[in-house]
Amino acid sequence: METTPDIDPSLGARVRAGFAPLWRVPAGLLEGFGAYCLLLAGAFNLPRDLSPRLYARNLAEQMVQVGIDSIPIVSLATAFSGGVVVVQAIYQLENPLLPVTIVGTFAEQSILLELGTLVTAFVLCGRVGARIAAELGTMRVKEQIDALEAMGLNSRSYLVVPRVVAGVLMFPMLYVVAASVGMAVGGVVAELSGALTVQTFWEGARLFFRPYDVFFGLVKSLVFGFVITSIACYTGYRAEGGAEGVGQATTRAAVLGCVWVLFADYLCAAILL
Amino acid sequence: MIQIRGLSKSFDGVPVLRGVDLDVPEGEVTCIIGRSGSGKSVLLRHVIGLVRPDAGRVVIDGAPLDELTYSELRRVRRRFGVLFQGGALFDSMSARENVEFPLRTFTDLTRDQVRQRADECLALVELPDAGAKKPAELSGGQQKRVALARAIAVEPKYILYDEPTSGLDPETSNTIDELIERLGATMGTTSVVVTHDMHSVLSIADRIAFVHDGTIPWTGTVADLHQATDPTLLAFVRANEYKIGTPSQTA
Repeated sequence: METTPDIDPSLGARVRAGFAPLWRVPAGLLEGFGAYCLLLAGAFNLPRDLSPRLYARNLAEQMVQVGIDSIPIVSLATAFSGGVVVVQAIYQLENPLLPVTIVGTFAEQSILLELGTLVTAFVLCGRVGARIAAELGTMRVKEQIDALEAMGLNSRSYLVVPRVVAGVLMFPMLYVVAASVGMAVGGVVAELSGALTVQTFWEGARLFFRPYDVFFGLVKSLVFGFVITSIACYTGYRAEGGAEGVGQATTRAAVLGCVWVLFADYLCAAILL
Repeated sequence: MIQIRGLSKSFDGVPVLRGVDLDVPEGEVTCIIGRSGSGKSVLLRHVIGLVRPDAGRVVIDGAPLDELTYSELRRVRRRFGVLFQGGALFDSMSARENVEFPLRTFTDLTRDQVRQRADECLALVELPDAGAKKPAELSGGQQKRVALARAIAVEPKYILYDEPTSGLDPETSNTIDELIERLGATMGTTSVVVTHDMHSVLSIADRIAFVHDGTIPWTGTVADLHQATDPTLLAFVRANEYKIGTPSQTA
């Protein structure tokens, strides 16, 4: 009589289950990235049967909310950053062989190349990214996005495009504000410190100033604007499960925004510098 | 005409709809009744393609939704007005702006005409003075009525109602029922009403479809309902304290 080998039929399932955690994370990341790309592709495939005025009105609102309304908090954050940079520069460059103008140079390089964009981006991950994710997440769980779709609108285009475009357009403007405030406060702190005058500070800032530094900062802020707003739209648009889901979407928007801003920061530096 | 053929849908392996067939004749009020969780709302969401079926299809005026591109589907959706269960009003807009939104987006009406039409719709749902209020300032019932005003603003061919009278007082429920009937009578609007309010069903339905356990075991008119023998249907109707044979009379 023929006998069958004594193999546990559930062994395969148990092995697969054992290895599941190994591929679940990368598979989830890949799935998430694919969904993010699809959301943006669907959003920027603008319907031609609707008036551009529909988007223009929404874009104007978002530009105010993302850009103009963020000026106070961005100014505050970069004012302190500029002051701290100057204080630390004075502290670290006490060597009498170094000219004091280097404090201005150091501040200019730090603020224009890095702090003006990165501090602004981190502040806006919380202020803009979290707001967008909470807004879209609430719209999702309260069926407002379904209502837009049911009316015959492309909800992705209507909701995502104005927010992302507003981010891309307004973040460079905020960078200019941030860098200006940072340098201005840096000059004041330099004067107050007694180590150098404000004129010496600006002389040092101009000494190694390259217009390319500003261009680099503008490009970075544009990239950060896209990263923060698009990730926030993605997490908010895919929220589910009521208030808890909106909370999770908001947290993910802030955390993922910060992480991808750092990654984009490195990429920009590696490519453009 | 709305035709539903062999519609099946599962969520996380749990079947919600199992081969549902239903025809919704034009110009009539079709009420979909059934217990909570029986799949009524999921069925309604399939009708406008908000949910993709696992099997089967929905055909709107001869166009199978599963064969349409997204832009074609959006054009089909513009024939519909939808009243969502929670209203789904846009929080950032006032009540009037909510009603004006589809008019501004999909019609060529002037600003004055849009405003006039929005006021008409708000008056129809007996909220003529609520235009300036934000949804958060309105009660649940008022939100639902503003949502209904928004759904009828563009005079759609079909209107889908998801629990239109739940959470409303009896007087307002009657107003909504009358409005649903009037839209059918005056504009030839085809209405699909998901509800478990048997008082509404008996007063407005031209046809009734009973959803049970993901299927539609019974369809018929109000007159047919009084002859029905399906035990699950009888149990549902009796649970609503209605006696078959004595419509619109509570036990």
